[in-house]
Amino acid sequence: MTIDLQERPTPAAPAPVSAGAFSPQQLVASIPEALRKLDPRAQLRNPVMFVVWVGSVVVTVFAIIQPSVFSWLIALWLWITVLFANLAEAVAEGRGKAQAESLRRTKRETVARRLDGSGAEERVAGTDLRVGDLVVVEAGEPIPGDGDVVEGIATVDESAITGESAPVIREAGGDRSSVTGGTTVLSDRIVVRITTKPGETFVDRMIALVEGASRQKTPNEIALTILLAALTIIFLLAVVAVAPMSSYAGQQQSLTVLTALLVCLIPTTIGALLSAIGIAGMDRLVQRNVLATSGRAVEAAGDIDTLLLDKTGTITFGNRQATELLPVGGASLRELAEAARLSSLADQTPEGRSIVALCAREHGLPGEATAAEAVAEFVAFTAQTRMSGVDLTANLGGLSVRKGAASAVVRWTGAENREVDAIVDEISDGGGTPLVVAEAASPQGADARVLGVIRLSDVVKPGMRERFAELRAMGIRTVMITGDNPRTAKAIAAEAGVDDHLAEATPEDKMALIKKEQEGGRLVAMTGDGTNDAPALAQADVGVAMNTGTSAAKEAGNMVDLDSDPTKLIEIVEIGKQLLITRGALTTFSIANDLAKYFAILPAMFVAIYPSLGALNIMHLATPQSAILSAVIFNALIIVALIPLALRGVRYRPTTAANLLRRNLLIYGLGGVVTPFIGIFLIDLLVRLIPGI
Amino acid sequence: MSDTLAGLLQVGALVLLLALVWKPFGDYMARVYSSEKHWRVERALYRLVRVDASAEQRWSTYAAGVLGFSFVSIVLVYLLQRLQPFLPLGFGRGVNGDTVPAAMAFNTAVSFVTNTNWQSYVPETVLGDTVQMAGLTVQNFVSAAVGMAVAIALVRGFARSGTDRIGNFWVDLTRGTVRILLPISFVFAIVMVAMGVVMSLRSGVNITAVDGTQHTLPLAPAASQEAIKELGTNGGGIYNANSAHPFENPNALSNFLEIFLLLVIPVSLTRTFGTMVRNTRQGLVLVSVMGVIWAVFVALAWLSERFPNGAAAQAAGAAMEGKEVRLGIPSSILFGVSTTGTSTGAVNSTLDSYTGGAGGIAMLNMLLGEVAPGGVGAGIYGILVLAIIAVFLAGLMVGRTPEYLGKKLGRVQITTAAISILAMPTLVLIGAGLAIALPSTLNALNNGGEHGFSEVLYAYASAANNNGSAFAGITVTSDFFQSTLAIAMLFGRFVPILASLALAGSLAKQRRVPAGAGTLPTDGVLFGVLVGGTVLLVAALTFFPALALGPIAEALS
Repeated sequence: MTIDLQERPTPAAPAPVSAGAFSPQQLVASIPEALRKLDPRAQLRNPVMFVVWVGSVVVTVFAIIQPSVFSWLIALWLWITVLFANLAEAVAEGRGKAQAESLRRTKRETVARRLDGSGAEERVAGTDLRVGDLVVVEAGEPIPGDGDVVEGIATVDESAITGESAPVIREAGGDRSSVTGGTTVLSDRIVVRITTKPGETFVDRMIALVEGASRQKTPNEIALTILLAALTIIFLLAVVAVAPMSSYAGQQQSLTVLTALLVCLIPTTIGALLSAIGIAGMDRLVQRNVLATSGRAVEAAGDIDTLLLDKTGTITFGNRQATELLPVGGASLRELAEAARLSSLADQTPEGRSIVALCAREHGLPGEATAAEAVAEFVAFTAQTRMSGVDLTANLGGLSVRKGAASAVVRWTGAENREVDAIVDEISDGGGTPLVVAEAASPQGADARVLGVIRLSDVVKPGMRERFAELRAMGIRTVMITGDNPRTAKAIAAEAGVDDHLAEATPEDKMALIKKEQEGGRLVAMTGDGTNDAPALAQADVGVAMNTGTSAAKEAGNMVDLDSDPTKLIEIVEIGKQLLITRGALTTFSIANDLAKYFAILPAMFVAIYPSLGALNIMHLATPQSAILSAVIFNALIIVALIPLALRGVRYRPTTAANLLRRNLLIYGLGGVVTPFIGIFLIDLLVRLIPGI
Repeated sequence: MSDTLAGLLQVGALVLLLALVWKPFGDYMARVYSSEKHWRVERALYRLVRVDASAEQRWSTYAAGVLGFSFVSIVLVYLLQRLQPFLPLGFGRGVNGDTVPAAMAFNTAVSFVTNTNWQSYVPETVLGDTVQMAGLTVQNFVSAAVGMAVAIALVRGFARSGTDRIGNFWVDLTRGTVRILLPISFVFAIVMVAMGVVMSLRSGVNITAVDGTQHTLPLAPAASQEAIKELGTNGGGIYNANSAHPFENPNALSNFLEIFLLLVIPVSLTRTFGTMVRNTRQGLVLVSVMGVIWAVFVALAWLSERFPNGAAAQAAGAAMEGKEVRLGIPSSILFGVSTTGTSTGAVNSTLDSYTGGAGGIAMLNMLLGEVAPGGVGAGIYGILVLAIIAVFLAGLMVGRTPEYLGKKLGRVQITTAAISILAMPTLVLIGAGLAIALPSTLNALNNGGEHGFSEVLYAYASAANNNGSAFAGITVTSDFFQSTLAIAMLFGRFVPILASLALAGSLAKQRRVPAGAGTLPTDGVLFGVLVGGTVLLVAALTFFPALALGPIAEALS
């Protein structure tokens, strides 16, 4: 998973998800918070860990009444189990807190210059601003609150929010009008209309989000919690029933042993890590500079069936570029290249620069104007002539060179040219834009001759085709949205390898498409930045608004991308999937662990009654006490061992569901069965050395 | 022909026969429940009980129908038994010269209405023909039809989209009885009579045995009850010895047919499911899971009986105690595994005398939740609920909100599935734990130690799973056993039914999500392994401690 497609050499390569550094120091730093969470009220949120908490209390009381090395050790390790679970959550939250802290620094007290009805300024505290107030901000001043620029244009430093140091331009009207409180105006003067109440600004919401203060359980998390609670009930019954059954068979089981069995059986591993997984999922988004307004949105991202992607800037580079030179009428390629270069030397549009670059790259011509050329008279493009070019001085041949729209250049040359028409049509059909190059003896077009045609194309970003193939493998359909005519749209869609495209799209078309997909039961994701995108962003299941966009767009979407990178949608989908996979994998692992624990604890409990059950002690654990203690210790340690995985997330590779399932079942299902057999065996080697065990 | 070869041929023939009818019979049942047309006799019935057959019901109304019908049934069967002295064809039967005592009557009423057919009474001395025919045989039909109706309602939940209606209980109940159970039972009852099963309203015949002693052989309308006893996975025999009695199961062919009958509906309902959700491979996967578990259990039990670890049995060459010599080990095991796997509970051999291994298999077969292949209807709604749990975990592991057959599995679905799965272990563990803690239980047991415990555990497993087979060796006529076992039967039946219907309602409301490459495929081998694994794992984790103290300890000694 990479941030920027343009920087990505091999798109199919496995993309490591940056975990954010996880270090043992974080564990140590989180211990005080973990201790605070021993409060039973904090435990009630999590039914599985609450049972462990109650068990710890019971065993401790029992150890006080009937002290023994064994019962004290079990009590100790049960408390450690609870502590480790708290630790997992505290570490996950700790990372968010650090981010919240840096955000909070941007929220310093500001004084706003509010305009009253008559246009006079008054100074008020930033916290006293109301929605609709107009404030003036000048160079060097912080913007007091979220709003839209209604007057002026300014460069703004948004690094406090985005981490991006390059200033951005904000201006009244259009799609670049929104400003965020806490950012600083670097130049000029703007008037901002406040759109958000103090305390509910973007930065405030961000802080609440990364701190996890407003964290609510997501639908899928709730369903999983219910399943875990059901499993806990089953195991509680199984353990409770053991007491009379064992008594009947001839041996009373101590409360300590029964509690130890219960704690080992209930899914403590996933129970302990569940909330950490959720927090870490949000955190991974934040690290990629994406803010989700709810965990629900992150989860929905994993379920996306259809991705709507804007063509320009997402699938293609923003500008058309020269990709080919096609000579006509006996002109050589070299001649055409020279003429094309000359005509574009002074053309500072992206298209013009790309022509010079193409000539330099493929024909070895100078990339800059030489000293002699620099004195030539350049003819700029106008809407009337629809051509640009150059009139060379006599010492360079005195020729006039022009390039421009086919009809304009052909008119300049004064003669129809079938060969040119054919090439022009061919380029248009392929979704490109043709520019015709001609030279003449005079600026008026005397003795003019067409040299050839330059093909300008929308260049699809490298790696997109592979990316869409990956998405297809994941079961996600991509739809390209463009304002281009159907012919052009079709050609680019075919080149990029998207599944479908929507040409000449209006905001209404986009909305209709989203609704149609949703009626078929599909979940739709899209990006947008303009005010007219707002309804579609709100309708989409995952709507990612660009931070450069209007505040209406940001309000409507359920995520904001601070980097304003539309391709990030693909990563968001992967993060959503990773979140669910991590939950499923650790649940499977947790349940699969139970088998080994049974083989450790049951023979230990019953071997005195039925010596034949000693055959179940396949790990050859030393004594009944060491067996039970080893299982409890393993159960606690596995939580800490899996904290990094919970925070980082299970590795995700885009592939079909069947492949993913096979892989994860093997690792976490089979691995979950085998690992504890080895772990408990090894722990027992140490535990048996403790005197009295 | 060796015993083993004969056994293998019998298994092969059984599987072949079931495979042959799977598709046509499964599709027939799908048509029965999907058809718009009512038969004339059905319309007459609807008019009689004033039911609007064209009105579809919400899940809550459907559930109210199930509960109401079952409640009335329990009351009627209870009253029939209590009033036996006033009914014709009573032959003066009862307990200690009186009518059926209250606790026993309640237990029996619950037992037959819940499709359990647990029998705490000795049929040929306690019940007369009127109670047998008007009470028990009727319930054999309708309790089976109720189970099938619930299964079909759940399947409709998957098949339908964007509606809150899951069918009409009265229509499903009537059609299941009239179009499926009655015709097949009618044919097979006649076949049974032809093979020597008795069918008589006489109390019995007096005979002089070869040693000159006088005996009364009780007769009964057995053939008509025998067919539905197996077909409806009921299992309540008209003789105490059940299918080990030559009047119920006279020869090897009748034994074979009885096994076929008790498997045919649960097995074919998987096809009905596949056809109704318009993806027959989905049904094929489920039937494969059921079939593999069944086959493995047959093999394990067979091996355990063939190579027993007791001295006496080893001397005899195989564990023959408690088996009919005319049937032998393979036919007994085949019957035993099929009957415990289908919630039938009929027996042709004494499970109590099985080796620890085979007895444990019979018990585990029930503790899986009756899904291999399970009771009529109960098997399919049982395995669908387990499949939902499997899909939920596996679905998470492919990175999507889990979906099964295009329906998303969220809070409501997991809650209802969890309740359905929780019911049985709760009843078994609390029941067995409570019973074994009581001093009076020790008096009711014929055996001590691990075997004695197995008898108690088996009783509650049988009741809570609505199986009805008895391990025997335990006297269950005390009020404690009569009432707690009845409660286990009631909750073991109706909690999963209510949960399944609620699940059906929530599923029917959902729009179907089209499947794509990112959707977990639920029609392949991988998914089959997953569901089978879930079934085994859930049962193993829940009952490992209890089984360790009973059959496992016994098998290892």
